[in-house]
Amino acid sequence: MIAAASVCWRRLCFVHAVVQWTAWRRYSKEERITSEQLTRFFASRRGIVLVGVTIGVLAPLLQKLGNPPNMGICVACFERDIAGALGLHRAAIVQYIRPEIIGFVLGSMVAALLFREFKPRVGSAPIVRFVLGMFAMIGALAFLGCPWRALLRLAGGDLNAILGLSGLATGIAIGVQFLKQGYDLGRSYRTYPAVGWIMPAMMISLLLLLIFRPQFNQGGPIFFSQNGPGSLHAPLLISLAVGIIIGFLAQRTRFCTMGAVRDVILMGDTHLISGVGTLLVTAFVTNLLLGQVHVGFAGQPTAHSNHLWNFLGMALAGLAFALAGGCPGRQLFLSGEGDGDAAVFVVGMITGAAFAHNFALAGTPDKVVEGVVQVGGLSTVGMAAVILGLVVCLIIGFSMRETKKETGV
Amino acid sequence: MKMVKQVDARGLSCPQPVILTRNAIQAREFPIEVLVDTATSRENVRRMAEKSGFQVHVEEMGDEFKLTITK
Repeated sequence: MIAAASVCWRRLCFVHAVVQWTAWRRYSKEERITSEQLTRFFASRRGIVLVGVTIGVLAPLLQKLGNPPNMGICVACFERDIAGALGLHRAAIVQYIRPEIIGFVLGSMVAALLFREFKPRVGSAPIVRFVLGMFAMIGALAFLGCPWRALLRLAGGDLNAILGLSGLATGIAIGVQFLKQGYDLGRSYRTYPAVGWIMPAMMISLLLLLIFRPQFNQGGPIFFSQNGPGSLHAPLLISLAVGIIIGFLAQRTRFCTMGAVRDVILMGDTHLISGVGTLLVTAFVTNLLLGQVHVGFAGQPTAHSNHLWNFLGMALAGLAFALAGGCPGRQLFLSGEGDGDAAVFVVGMITGAAFAHNFALAGTPDKVVEGVVQVGGLSTVGMAAVILGLVVCLIIGFSMRETKKETGV
Repeated sequence: MKMVKQVDARGLSCPQPVILTRNAIQAREFPIEVLVDTATSRENVRRMAEKSGFQVHVEEMGDEFKLTITK
């Protein structure tokens, strides 16, 4: 049945592609497509849905091609793996330089350059963004995934993701309350072009480290996991290409999982969430076709079924993302178009990952021992770290508000 | 000459420009001029204002954009 469905799906895809292509040709005959028109398309609902479909198809495919289960793309996990590869933490099973992350930044950079949106800018409370990035990562690793992975986990039948996504929405809702009361990290300012190139340069350096795999000390770094999730990965070039494609499209459409929920709560705007919803549905269908759906709570891959801490971990992440103005994916895309403050958030996340594993704060997955499921979850220190993170984020939310006079209204 | 209400959202990241513009719209003194410096803010402000039923005129001024919102 699955084979028949697969054939059917491929035919549908083909017909769809032909229809799109014909429409495209007609369009280009009638009038020259200017960059402004493309920008309009990407800013439209069709544009954001296109990104949702792209990620929804490509992420599960990456799993089929070797990435860990329900982890086709996970910005938090992949940045954590990069931290591990560099030896910033020594959790041996999660160390790999993930080309998807490199691709996200470079793809976004290419799009920004092509459409004249590459704008080096810095100065909006970088140290606060660093702290937010750190705690966002600690929260995400308590749940074992960023918002993207939460969607992919749900699309793979992992029902724990429902707790994670509820927590995420709750955290964002708290963030929206702060926004309504005037929370603001202040303005960024245009700066030297070289500043905008730092993040892309860091990504190129990571790519070189990945290709040449130098050993800086006996045994590493650079570390590459021999087993566990870190050892599972799609071929380098495919991962990199997928990253670049998604980075390009996401820069054009401003795709953001946090923004999706925020805009609905803040002003009933469903633009971004239509992309996120499309991602979820497409990933589910793709997983069905690839036989990657296993419904349940217990024993899900790289996941634990400790409901309270799945919820609270993502609530922390959601609040931190909302206060920083973007989900971890969006922060990468922004740093690719020259936003130095988003780059600081990314570095904060990588640092947070190092803390999470060095201090044993990250969630432990469920284990099956002799046929019995042992529920994983958080260590006591991990719980304390999530609570501390929530407190810090609340302090940031309450203490960083501009008065009406200063906002320029 | 009538004073034009101006919202300076340059350098502010999302969703601040949209929130400030919405506050200005709620004060109902048109036209409103909104200054932004990223294409993202330009699109977000334009989408919000158009969805709320207002006319938006975008003017590119070097690296920045001036959006004029009228009823």
